Order: sequence, then structure tokens, then C-alpha cells
Amino acid sequence: MAKYGILIDYDFCTGCHTCEVACQQEHNYPVGLNGIKVTEYEYQLANGKVKIDYMPFLTDLCDLCMSRQAEGERPSCVKHCQTACMKFGLTTDLTAEAATRPRAALHTHVPK
Amino acid sequence: MGKIDVYPTTAWSAGTGCHGGCGQNLHVQDGKLVKIEGNEDHPWNQGRSCPRALALTQYMYHENRITQPLIRVGERGSGKFEPISWDEALDYCEEKMGGIRDEYGAESVIFVQGTGRDIGGPITFLAYSYGSPNWVQLGLSGHSCYTPRLGAMKTTLGEFAVADCSQFLEKRYEDPEWEAPEYIIVWGQNPPNGCPDGFYGPWIVDCMQRGSKIISVDPRNTWMSTRAEYHLQIRPGTDGALALGMVNIIIEEELYDKDFVEKWVAGFEDVKKRAAEYPVDKVSAITEIPADDIRAAARAYANAKQAAIQWGVPVDMCPDGTAVAHAISCLWTITGNIDIPGGQVIAKPAFGVTAYPFTSEELADLYGKDLVERMNEKRIGADQYPMYKHFRGWAQPDVTIEQMETGDPYPIKGAWIQTANVIGGQAARAKFHYDAMKKLDFVAVIDLFHNPTTMALADIILPAATFPEKNSFRSWWTPMDSIKKRVQVGECRSDWEINFELAKRFNPEGLKRWDTVIDYFDERMEPSGMTFDELEAKGGWAMSPEGPGRPYRRHEKGQLRADGKPGFNTPSGKVELYNKSFEEWGMDPLPFYTEPAQSEASTPELFKKHPLVMITGARSNLFFHSEHRQVPWLREKEPDPTVEIHPDTAKEYNIYDGEWVHLENDMGHIKRKAKISLKVKPNHIQTLHGWFMPEAEGAEPNLFNVWDFQVNQIIPGPQNSKSGFGGGQYKTTLVRLAKIKEDA
Repeated sequence: MAKYGILIDYDFCTGCHTCEVACQQEHNYPVGLNGIKVTEYEYQLANGKVKIDYMPFLTDLCDLCMSRQAEGERPSCVKHCQTACMKFGLTTDLTAEAATRPRAALHTHVPK
Repeated sequence: MGKIDVYPTTAWSAGTGCHGGCGQNLHVQDGKLVKIEGNEDHPWNQGRSCPRALALTQYMYHENRITQPLIRVGERGSGKFEPISWDEALDYCEEKMGGIRDEYGAESVIFVQGTGRDIGGPITFLAYSYGSPNWVQLGLSGHSCYTPRLGAMKTTLGEFAVADCSQFLEKRYEDPEWEAPEYIIVWGQNPPNGCPDGFYGPWIVDCMQRGSKIISVDPRNTWMSTRAEYHLQIRPGTDGALALGMVNIIIEEELYDKDFVEKWVAGFEDVKKRAAEYPVDKVSAITEIPADDIRAAARAYANAKQAAIQWGVPVDMCPDGTAVAHAISCLWTITGNIDIPGGQVIAKPAFGVTAYPFTSEELADLYGKDLVERMNEKRIGADQYPMYKHFRGWAQPDVTIEQMETGDPYPIKGAWIQTANVIGGQAARAKFHYDAMKKLDFVAVIDLFHNPTTMALADIILPAATFPEKNSFRSWWTPMDSIKKRVQVGECRSDWEINFELAKRFNPEGLKRWDTVIDYFDERMEPSGMTFDELEAKGGWAMSPEGPGRPYRRHEKGQLRADGKPGFNTPSGKVELYNKSFEEWGMDPLPFYTEPAQSEASTPELFKKHPLVMITGARSNLFFHSEHRQVPWLREKEPDPTVEIHPDTAKEYNIYDGEWVHLENDMGHIKRKAKISLKVKPNHIQTLHGWFMPEAEGAEPNLFNVWDFQVNQIIPGPQNSKSGFGGGQYKTTLVRLAKIKEDA
């Protein structure tokens, strides 16, 4: 099924939008279309402290940068991520790696 | 379609607009940039990039980019310009500027830049060749950007220092010499959002991934502060009190590095005495930070084996910013966190190469002795502010605009504005600047797009090049990079080329030894033993070898002083916390705290009327200051100018999320879209600066709707300390919120 995926150590996602613009440049997507989108959530913990989390997710417009893979390149979002919190690979490998991270999300993805 | 060639280069300013340093690969096809990618072989960013770099093709080839020199043909502000040739444009500038020099003296033309980046070389080259000492970040009240910090460091340490994120080592985090800071105090900055002052913001996150813990000094909740071990949620502008309070705790509890202090610090007892005036309860009351948190953070920092401080522009924007920087530098000094792995690393330009000359000897050689004499005699503000005379060759911005208005002691008749959108950008009291500058006889603006400044003021506009379109080099701080021209857009020219040609017209004798800008670069780069082409052939970057330019413990090895003796590059060889230069210049030799000019304590009546502290000037990955609003991929992510309002405050003012509101004070009001957010405390609001609407009408009176959105029109003017550096009220101005009344 989902052979490849992107592991996101999302505790280190700072919401910088680099992945989004990387995707748009790579695919020449116009405004309004994107293969990846970052969401933000602000909330208060029980002790009153504020927390801010970001999470990128992949859309149906993501093709895992197949044409880059053919040239041995990582997907553009993964390569350019400013905090290097994204990793592309086989879902089997990434599953093992995810288990070593306290806050990570594995996005399996089968390009449409 | 031809084949795609890939050229490594370094991103520096126009295009990304930033302070730069990233290695980027340009993908060029048929003479056009078709794609840009991070360069994985460059030690700075190791392949990473940012939204502004990745959207570069939309910026460079934007339909509204100015690609030919333009001369104004209608009234000033009419927006009527016509293309002319470069020769005609430069002839025009030469004639107008020559005329002002003959009639009033060269000092009557000011040379205006925005934030530093790569403009210092080209703009001083032209200003000094023309004969004017007046080089200024016009509008930036108190020159409140990095210069206060630089001044405090140079006069105490004899050097500059930055947080050590391994940036001076080729192998970076893999270099066995480097150790991650145990703690990093991130003081007034949100590093993932930008790359200030020769520093790549995400390096702090890299360190966190390698174990560094964070102490965040920030009035807001940010990604960084919410991951900090200690978040000191400071009242804006009170950083000096916090720093002195932490110094006091560290000394009182004897947590300082006694060996280092004994061997390498002068004035420790004086600082101890001064800091004792700031007991933690008093500091807690001033800063609104719980005393226990201040104690815990001070102890954590001092007890760490190695710890670093990464500071931001809010330090400079405190009243007496120079004194605040001095106070913070005491922290790393008394804890011995200098020149060690994972502490403050001494930062020197790569190979000792500087883009332009600083010393009086070099200046006299290029521009004549007369210019050097006039630097201090005629430079605006040098007679009032000792640091302008002794530390750095700027004219004082607040005094400059006053003088433009009064003509005293001499008239200002012209402005050469390059890399600065004064009216839509940095100018506190923006309308006062607009009114004063409208009266100038001659205004040249060098830019890439129309903005409120080109529209309101320009007689002539010269189109500047982005970094893929220009030859340049960079040595701030490391590595040394070559930037080689790979494409041409329209008739755009680099700032270097434009200024080089015009400077030669004014100063043919002084500059005759260089035919091209590359000749000049080669001469500047001589200390490296490489020419521009040789550096380019090596891949475009190189780091300083073992010696004064490479860490660590250079003060012990005798690598910092001209006499080769161990010690720091100060008269005593020690870090002189008792600042003798300041004393000599009539300033306080020890750090101190000043209450913000507007606050509940200093202006209680005003506070009753305007009870919210407005924080401005944060960084965005999408926009560099007032730039990039016309780039579709960027604007899409943040289409509207917003103001962050705490939910309780929104309730009090009956404001809903997404409602357009006014922020107002006695200077006027601006429009913002309410964003109800936990990022700010109830008594603060936060909004981004630099907003105008490039899609709106540019001609007067609209000026791209700048007066609806320019937040700096409600930022008051000077609150200059004795130094003349620091105190721009960009983070401490009092305002209130108001609902926008619909027209009946």
C-alpha cells in the first residue's frame, strides 16, 4: 500500500511556511493550490502556560516529488525545511524511527 | 528550451531582502532563473531555504518590477514617470547633486539606507566620493538596530561576539571541538522567523535538537518561548532591569566564574556595586516577571558549563539601548562564557576581509583628508552624541529629520535613498518624515519596486538587481562568499555597479585604480590570499584558517591583540566592564536601567487613556520589513495586516476575530484585522510593521494606502539616551483599540 511516507518531528515545526512555498515552486502551483499545508494551534495547559503547536499535512496535490526521486533528490519540502524536522523514506523504516521520537507524525502517502 | 545549468551562489539582500548568508543553487535556463534550491554543500544552511528564497522567481520576474531607470515627469507624487537611459539617469544625478554641492556643500545631500545587509559598501563609496559625511538609516529612531549592541561590545570586549552555534567551523555540528550550549538565552527574538545580523535563525533550533535548553526573554508566547525551560515574559522595554537583576543574583550567590573574572575582567567590583541596586524583588516589579523565575533562570545560565546568549533588536529599542546591551554582555563576561565552545564566540569578518574601509587612513587615501575632517565637523548629530563621533560613522537619524525641517545649522537639500522605503517602512513619526522630505530639491530612489517612498518622493528611480543578477562578495562574519552574476533582468544594475559608476564621476582621482567592481573586490579580498574568481572556483565560500579568525580560546593564545600577547583587544587586555570609553565620552561607564518613555509608571495619565502596550517590529518569514507583499506565494500565507489581541481584551473592547479595528493614540490611528490570540498578554497587542498595499493606487494621495496601515506613523520620535543610540519606541508605545465606525 503506502510504500513511502514523510515523518515529521512536529515538535520542531515552527510554522515557517518553507515547505509550502517549496512545494509550490517545485510544482509551479498557483496561489490556492498546495501539496502541503501547515496548521497552527494555540492552547492553554492545565498550569495556565500557553502552548503553540504547528503541524504540516500532505494534500492530494502531493506527489512525493516523484520526478525528484528519480534524480535521487528528496521531496522539496523535506529538503528545504528550515529546522530539518521532516524525513522522507520507506514507511517501514520511518515507523521504526517514529517510535524513537516523543512527538512525531508519520504521513503515509500514496500519490493520486 | 535550452539545458538547465545550476550555479551555487549566496543569497544576500535584494530578492530575499535579508541579512543573508545562505548557500543557494540557481537553476538557469535560457538566461532566466527557473528555480532556486538550497545548496547542501554550503555550511551555513546545509541545503535549507526559506519562503522568500523559494519564491524568488515570482519576485524577480514580477510584472510590476522596475526594470529601467525612470524619471518623474509629473508633479512629485503624481506617479508619472518615464523610462530614460542609464547614461541620462546618471547624468541627471551628477548634475543635480553637483549643483547642490556647489551651492550648499556636499553635506546637504544625505545618503539613506534601510537595515544594513550589503549596502554599507556601495552607499559609503558614493557618499564619501561625493563628499558628504551624512550616511544615515533615516527614520530609524535612535539607530536602534544592532549598532547599540555593537557599541557596547566593542568598547568593553574590544571585539564582537555572537552565540556559538558552530558557525565558524566547516564541519559545523560534527566538529569535535564544538559543544552545544547547555542553555541559550534567547533574548528578545524569535529565531525561527528570521536571520538577523549575520546569524541564521534556525541555528538555535539546531542547537535545541542537539540538547540546548532555552531561556526565552519575550513578552509574547512564541514557538520558541513555549518550548523554553524558562520563559521570562518581560514587560517590553525593561530588559536592562532584568539583565542587571540577573547579574546581581549571579554575583550575590557567587555563581560567577571566579577564575575568569580574576584573570580577565576589569571593573567587576564596580559592576557588583551597580547590580546591587537591582535586587530581584525590585526587578520583578519592574519587569512583571515572577522573582522565582528570574532566580531560576539566572542560576541555570550561570551553572551551565557553557551557555550562550542570542539577542535581538528589542535590546536596542529599549531606552538607553547601549546601556542595556552593556548589561547583558556582563552576564556572559562574569560567567566566563566568552571564546569557549558553546558560549559567545568572538566574531571577526572572515579572513579579516571587510567589504569597505573603516580606518581614517584608508578613508583619507580614497576620499581625501578633507572628507575625514568633515566627518566629525559636519556629520549630523556628531556634536551632540559622542558615540556618533567616536564609534560609528552614521549621522543621527532623529536629528537629521529635525534638521531637514529647520535648516539649522545648515540646510538639507537632497537625498539618495537606497535599500530603504522610509515612508512605508522604518520611519517613526512617518508623516513628519513625509512632510519634511517632500520639500527636498532632489530625491533619487534606488529600488526594485514602486513603494510609498518612490511614489511620494522620487525624482528619479534607478532599478536595482537581485542577488542572482549581481557580482558581490560577503565576509560577514563567516564564511567568505562570492556572489556571481548569472542572469540579467531588464536593465537592472547592482547597487555596487550603480554607485561605482557615479562615485567615479565625483572622485575620479581617488578611485582610478579600479576599472570594475571586481577589481575593487579583489583588492578588498587580498588578506584572504584569494581573488574573487579564485574563491568562486573553490565553490564560492571559504572559512578563516587557524588564527585570529577561528575559535576558540584566542585570548589565551595571544591571537586577539596586535602585540601578540594573551588577552583581549582592550587597553588593559581584560574585558573592561567599567567602560572607560563611555566615561571619556561623558556617558555612564556602568550599565543602568531607564523606564520606557511611555508606560504606566512614567506617563500615568497617558496610560489611563491608552492602556495597551503596542509591540511592533516582529520578523516574518514571508516578508522582509516592508517588502514582498506583491509576491503571490508569500502574500497568500498572510494576506492582511493583523493585530494580535488577547481573548480577554477582545471581549472588553467587544471585538470579534477577523474584525477590522483601529489602533490609536494621540498621533493618529491605523487599521488592522483583529486576530484573537493567546500569543500576547491581555495588556499587550502585537502587530507587524511595513504594511502597504502594492495592489492599490500608488499615486498621491493613496500611496498604496500607506496611511491606513503604516504603524510607524503612531510611533513617537526620539527618546535618545546620551549615546544617541537606542530607544526607538517601536515596542513600548501606548495605544488603545477602537471599533471602526461605518460611514452613515
